[in-house]
Amino acid sequence: MYVKDGEEYFIVDAHVALWDARPENQLNAQGKQFIDCFYDYHRNLSPESELWTYEEYLYYGAERLMRDLFVDGHVDHAIFQPALLSAFYRNGFGQTEEAFALAERYPDKLTYNHCWDPRFEQAGLDRLRRDAERFHLKGVKLYTAEWHGGSRGYKLDDPWTYRYFETCQELGIKNIHVHKGPTIRPLDRDAFDVADVDKAATEFTGLNFVVEHCGLPRLEDFCWIATQEPNVHAGLAVAMPFIHTRPRYFAQIIGELLYWLDEDRIQFSSDYALWTPKWLVERFVDFQIPEDMQDEYAPVTVAQKKKILGLNAAAMYGIEVPAGLGLAEATVA
Amino acid sequence: MSGSPLEQAARAALHAVHDPELDEPITDLGFVRSVEAAADGALTVHLRLPTSFCSPNFAYLMASDAKDALMALPQAHHVTVVLDDHHDSELINRGLAADAGYRGTFGDEAEKGLEALRLTFRRKAHAAAMERALTALLRADPDLTEEALHGVTLADLPETPTTWALRRRRQALGLGIAPTAEVLVDDDGNPYPQEETPVRLRFARSVRISIDGNAHFCRGLLRTRYPESAADQAPRAHDTGPGARHPATGPAAPRTTAVEVNPV
Repeated sequence: MYVKDGEEYFIVDAHVALWDARPENQLNAQGKQFIDCFYDYHRNLSPESELWTYEEYLYYGAERLMRDLFVDGHVDHAIFQPALLSAFYRNGFGQTEEAFALAERYPDKLTYNHCWDPRFEQAGLDRLRRDAERFHLKGVKLYTAEWHGGSRGYKLDDPWTYRYFETCQELGIKNIHVHKGPTIRPLDRDAFDVADVDKAATEFTGLNFVVEHCGLPRLEDFCWIATQEPNVHAGLAVAMPFIHTRPRYFAQIIGELLYWLDEDRIQFSSDYALWTPKWLVERFVDFQIPEDMQDEYAPVTVAQKKKILGLNAAAMYGIEVPAGLGLAEATVA
Repeated sequence: MSGSPLEQAARAALHAVHDPELDEPITDLGFVRSVEAAADGALTVHLRLPTSFCSPNFAYLMASDAKDALMALPQAHHVTVVLDDHHDSELINRGLAADAGYRGTFGDEAEKGLEALRLTFRRKAHAAAMERALTALLRADPDLTEEALHGVTLADLPETPTTWALRRRRQALGLGIAPTAEVLVDDDGNPYPQEETPVRLRFARSVRISIDGNAHFCRGLLRTRYPESAADQAPRAHDTGPGARHPATGPAAPRTTAVEVNPV
């Protein structure tokens, strides 16, 4: 919980990871390139006081995660959104066993989402059923640019993907977090295009599609489909840290999202450990649309901030919000 | 600009090569790492990108466009373009060296070609240019409403770089540039119904915000990855309006963090 100016904010960090990118876990050059890319994101967008060393960044472990999120970071509940990257890391990038054990130990604080890959076809579907039971899955994280054999990406409207969505619907795995990556097959088209999310969201109205990075680098395509599909949501991973480096750009992102979607379909996340939640939560509570931009974008209200910082994700995941930390009925209406 | 006459000519040629996604010359973005001409006219150009995981299709487009632009120089008799530090460097460099083309380079990951991809981004660049021109009109005249932008023609726009940029983007799409042509049009040049004017302007704005945002992010990431690239980057020409950063007066200082803090 975060308290500022007499207002109490219930914080759900909807996208966190426990990764291991140490050299002994790297399978190839891509394993190093991938974590180096993350580290450049971290260095480029973090305030100087929040910078980690490269060594810390490679692997930080469960204890540090708990401290960064729940002791220092104001977070009440966090959701693991793992990327396996099995083609780059021996034991995967996201540490399934370690993260799941942590979620088992702190069920009131952590939710474990797992991932699947439609290119495993029937064997993967069988696996999904076992995973759903073992991990008590409410959601999954899909990275469309995961490498798999000779393929370096898939789309959400591929026939096998649809079969996985049908199974998710059947098993009550309602929350599909989508992270678009740089490759799809064929390479002819824009891999970041979210048209496939549009098709899947139309087809599977019982599922929620949370598009991470709110579609960035294709914010416009994302906003356009999200206005038409009520089950499409915006995850703020990667968008959040612009609040520091480029606050006016951040204002435009939030302004566009509030215009095209609505305040109930935007979720905060730090994308830990890309960035840490403490400063992001504090800055967001203090954030306001700059005055000279308020012709284009309405000011962000305290109620909107409360929803974005936690209440929206809590509602999606059925996370209990302590009495007094929700919005008064009058505000909700 | 320094270097031999051939190196200078090469840099000028590379200035015509655009990052289709960011709608800017690769030279201004700092993507040209080095240009070297040997005494015999052999030309070697190294390119660098903000991350190893930039989309390989865009990486290939820029590298192959660069090679085409350099081969067109009569003084250059052997051209080598090398993409550095990318996850697909090996594949792309092999394809470039063999002039294998897109399909020859990517094999069965390629289907037809990259023309549809280029078209998608020419359309986005046009939408952004359209929004910049119309928003400039709105800012210049506080009494002008969004609804009243319906029917505004090219002749109604002031002769500014923003307007020239719009005309160039229209031409790139094959749209006319007659003074009577309406400004707010779809990808095929057809005006929208009047009642759609505000929402179409809003959508064009989100396109512009997306492209501008990506351009700043990519510049910053490149400087983080290659601090020396800061000296090669030129400020983004498109920045206008209250959403933009104040125009920089020169290349940004090489810093590894907080590169674009604008405290004002």
